[in-house]
Amino acid sequence: MLSPSILVAAIVNGLLTGALYALVALGLTLIYGVLHIINFAHGALLTAAMFAAYFAYRWFGIDPYLAAVVLAPAFFVIGYALQRFIVGPTSHGDDRNMLLVTLGLAVVIENALLFVFRADTRTIDLSYALSGVDLGFAFLPLPRLIGFGVTFVVAFALWLILSATDIGHAIRAVAKEKLGAELVGIDVAHVYAVTFGLGTACVGIAACLLIPSYYVNPSAGNAFVLVAFTVVVLGGMGSVLGALIGGLAIGVVESFSSLFLGESLGQIGIFVLFIVVLLVRPNGLFGAQA
Amino acid sequence: MAEPVLAIERVSRRFGGLLAVNDVSLAARDGSITALIGPNGAGKTTLFALISGFLKPNSGTIRYHGADVTNEPPHRMARYGIARTFQIAQPFAGLTVHENILVGAHLRHPARRAAIAAAEQVGHELGLGARLDRPANTLTVAERKRLELAKALATQPTLLLLDEVLAGLNPSEIRDIVPVIRALCRRGITIVMIEHVMQAVMRLAEHVFVLAEGRIIAEGSPAQIAADPGVVEAYLGRGAAEKLGGARAN
Amino acid sequence: MKELAPVFAVVIAMAAVPLLGVSNVTLNFLVVALIAALAGQGWNVLGGYGGQYSFGHAAFFGTGAYVTAVLQVRYGVNAWIAFALGIGGGALVGAVVGGLTFRSGLRGSYFALVTLAFAEVLRISASVAPITGGGVGTLVKLDLHVVALQFQSRAVFYWMILALVAVALIVTRLIERSRFGVWLIAVRENEDAAMALGVNTTAVKLAAMVISGAITAAAGCFYVQYFLFIDSGLAYGTWISIEALLTPIIGGVGTVFGPLLGALVVRGLGEGARMVTGGEAPGLDLVVYGCVLVLIIWFAPRGLIGAFTQLRSRVMGSAGIVETSRG
Repeated sequence: MLSPSILVAAIVNGLLTGALYALVALGLTLIYGVLHIINFAHGALLTAAMFAAYFAYRWFGIDPYLAAVVLAPAFFVIGYALQRFIVGPTSHGDDRNMLLVTLGLAVVIENALLFVFRADTRTIDLSYALSGVDLGFAFLPLPRLIGFGVTFVVAFALWLILSATDIGHAIRAVAKEKLGAELVGIDVAHVYAVTFGLGTACVGIAACLLIPSYYVNPSAGNAFVLVAFTVVVLGGMGSVLGALIGGLAIGVVESFSSLFLGESLGQIGIFVLFIVVLLVRPNGLFGAQA
Repeated sequence: MAEPVLAIERVSRRFGGLLAVNDVSLAARDGSITALIGPNGAGKTTLFALISGFLKPNSGTIRYHGADVTNEPPHRMARYGIARTFQIAQPFAGLTVHENILVGAHLRHPARRAAIAAAEQVGHELGLGARLDRPANTLTVAERKRLELAKALATQPTLLLLDEVLAGLNPSEIRDIVPVIRALCRRGITIVMIEHVMQAVMRLAEHVFVLAEGRIIAEGSPAQIAADPGVVEAYLGRGAAEKLGGARAN
Repeated sequence: MKELAPVFAVVIAMAAVPLLGVSNVTLNFLVVALIAALAGQGWNVLGGYGGQYSFGHAAFFGTGAYVTAVLQVRYGVNAWIAFALGIGGGALVGAVVGGLTFRSGLRGSYFALVTLAFAEVLRISASVAPITGGGVGTLVKLDLHVVALQFQSRAVFYWMILALVAVALIVTRLIERSRFGVWLIAVRENEDAAMALGVNTTAVKLAAMVISGAITAAAGCFYVQYFLFIDSGLAYGTWISIEALLTPIIGGVGTVFGPLLGALVVRGLGEGARMVTGGEAPGLDLVVYGCVLVLIIWFAPRGLIGAFTQLRSRVMGSAGIVETSRG
C-alpha cells in the first residue's frame, strides 16, 4: 500500500508542476477571453521562448530567472506583432480563419526551430538546480519552488493590469462587448494585439521557469500546451482565476494518475478529463454559465 | 368556434433572475394577422423564440392546431408549419439569394429540381426575381427583409412569425411590403407579427396584444388598443396615442 | 450524369499517367499526394461544406489504418474485408465523436479542441495497447497477391488510390447537388437560420462527420496496404490532422476538387523544398506548408480554386449561379 507521505508528496509535486501549467494556461485563457479563439501557436511560442532562454544561458551565461526580465517584454512584442500584422489582417475577421492561422504559425515556428536546431534535446545545468527544500517525505527542488512563486506573482500582475490600468479596462470592455467598445472609440485591433502580447509574455516567463528543470527540443512546448488546453477548459475559457486553480488541479491529477497508472496512461487521464469536461460543462467548472 | 392555429397558455421563461416572459397567454385565429407590440425589452422576441422552439419555456404550454408542441426543437416546429423571421436578418451570407431560398424550399421538396423551381417562384413572388443570382450579402436592407420573408415562406408555413420585418425600412419601402404581407394572409397563412411601425399594425392587424415587462397588459382590436390612452402613453411613449389616432383616421 | 462529367474527365486524365512511362519515384510521389488528397476530401465534407473545423482527423485516418492492419495480422482477416471494416471503423469513430460533441452543442474553438483531444487519446492508447503493437507498431506481412490487396506494380497501387479518390469526388459532388448538401452548407453559413428553416442541424452535422470519417479512414486503410507498417505516430499523429485540413484549405475549401488540387500543390512544394536542400533540411518542407497555409488564408481565403473562379468571373464579368455553392 502507498503510505500517506507518498500521497502528500504526490500532491505537493503536483501543485508545483501545476503552477507551471497554470502559467502557460493563463496566457491561453487571456487570449481566448478576449479574441474568442484558441491560440494554437501557443505551444510553439513556448518552445521558441525555451530556446531563447537556453541560448541566453549557453551563449551569454545569463541565468534563466534573469532572462525572464528580458524575455517577458521581448515576447510581449513578438505576440503583439504576430496578432497585429499577421493573425489579425490574415483572418478577415473570421474565427475559423484565425484558428487556422495560429495553427499555420505553430507549424512554421516549430519546424523552423527543427530546421535550425535539429531534433536534439538540450538541457542546462544550473549550480543550484539540485538544491531545494527537504520536507522529509518530499524533496522540493528549488527551480520548481521558484516557478510556483513566480506564477502567482505573474497572475497577480495580470490581475493588476486588467483591473487597474486603462489598457486593462479596454481589454475587459472588448472581451465583454466588442462592438460597443468599438463604438466608444477603443482601437480593437490594438487591444487584440496587446492581449495576444500579454498571453505570449506569459509563455516567455514560463519558458524561463521551465528550462532549469526540463529539457528543450523543437516540440518541447507542445506537451505543456496540450495540458494547458485542458486547464483552460476546466477553468472556464477566459477565466484567469479558473486557469490558476485549474492548473494546480491538473498538476495534482496528473501526479496521481502517473503514480497509479504510469506515465503514458497518466496523460490519457488528463485528456479524458478534458473531453468529459468539454462535453458536460463546456463553460468549465468555474466559468459562468453562458 | 374553430381551434386557434396557435394557442399559448400561461407560458413563462426566466433568464437567471429576470422573468423575460411572465405567464403569457395568447391565441391566433386561423387566417388572421395578430400583432404583438410593446416597448423594447418587453419579451416579444423571447416569446417568438419560445413559439419557434429556439427556447424552452420554464412553464406553460404551446399548442399548434390543438397539439402540444411545447418542447419541440426548432427544426420540427418548421416541419409542422411554423416559420419565423429574425429581427436582425440572418441570411446565409456566402450564398446567392436563390440558394438562400433553396434551403427553405428543400423542406417540402426533397428533389433538387423541384426545390430550385419552388425557390425561384418564391423569389419572384417577393420581388427578388432580379436578385436571384446575387450573393445575399450584397442586398440592401429592404431586400434583406424580403429575403428573410422569402426563406420562411419557402418552407410553406401555415403560421408565420414576423419579427420586425418593417424595422429599418423607409416609408415607401414599407408601403411596398405591406400588401405582400396582406397577400400572404389572404392565402390562408396565419401571421403573428412583432412590429414597432404602428401605421402598419393599424392597417394590417386584426387583433393586437400589448406586452410589457414580460406580461400581456392589454389586448383587443387595433381600435380598442389605440383608444386606450393609458396603455399607449405608458408603454409606447408620449405622443404615441396621437400617432395611432392619426393612423386610424387614415 | 452530366454533373459528374468534370469528375470523370479529371480521373480519366489522371489514370493515364502511368501509361506515359513515368518513373516509380514520380508514381510514389503521386500515390502519397493522393493519400493526402483522400484524407483531405474527408475533412472537406465536414469542414469545407459543414463549416465544422476538425483539428483531429487523425482519429479517422489512424482508426482506418489500425483496423486494416490489426485485423489482418492478428485475426487473419482477408485484406479486402479488413479494408472495408477499416472504413467502417472510421465511420463509427465519426458517429461516436460527432454524437458526443454535436449533442453538447460544441462549435468553433471548442470543436477544434475536442477533436484534437480525441485524436490524442487514441494516439496515446495506441502507443501502449498490446493489440496495436504498442510502441513497436504493427507490420503487415508482405504478400504480393491480389487477394492480400498488395501489388507488385506501383501503377496498380496508383490506380487503386485514384479509384478511392474518384469515389470520394463523386460522393462529394453528389452531396453538393443534394438536399443534404444544401442543408450542410446552410449549417456552415448560419446555424440558427438553418434551424428556423427546418434543418435538423445536429443530424446533418453528424451525418457529415460519419461520411467524413469514412473517407479519411479509407486513406488510412490504403496507407497500411501501401507501406505495410503502422505505429501510433504515423496513424494518429498531429501532422495527419494538420495535413487533412491543409489540402482542402489550400486547394479550395468547400469545393469538389479543392483537396485534390491542394494535395498536389502542397506535396509538390514539399518535394521542391526537399530537392533544393538536398534532403538535408528536416522541417523545411513543413515550414513551407505552414507559410503557404497562412498566405492562402491571407490572400485567397477560398483557396486556389476560389481565387481562380474569382479571377475568371472578374474577367468574364459573370455572376454566381445556383450550381456552385462556393467558388
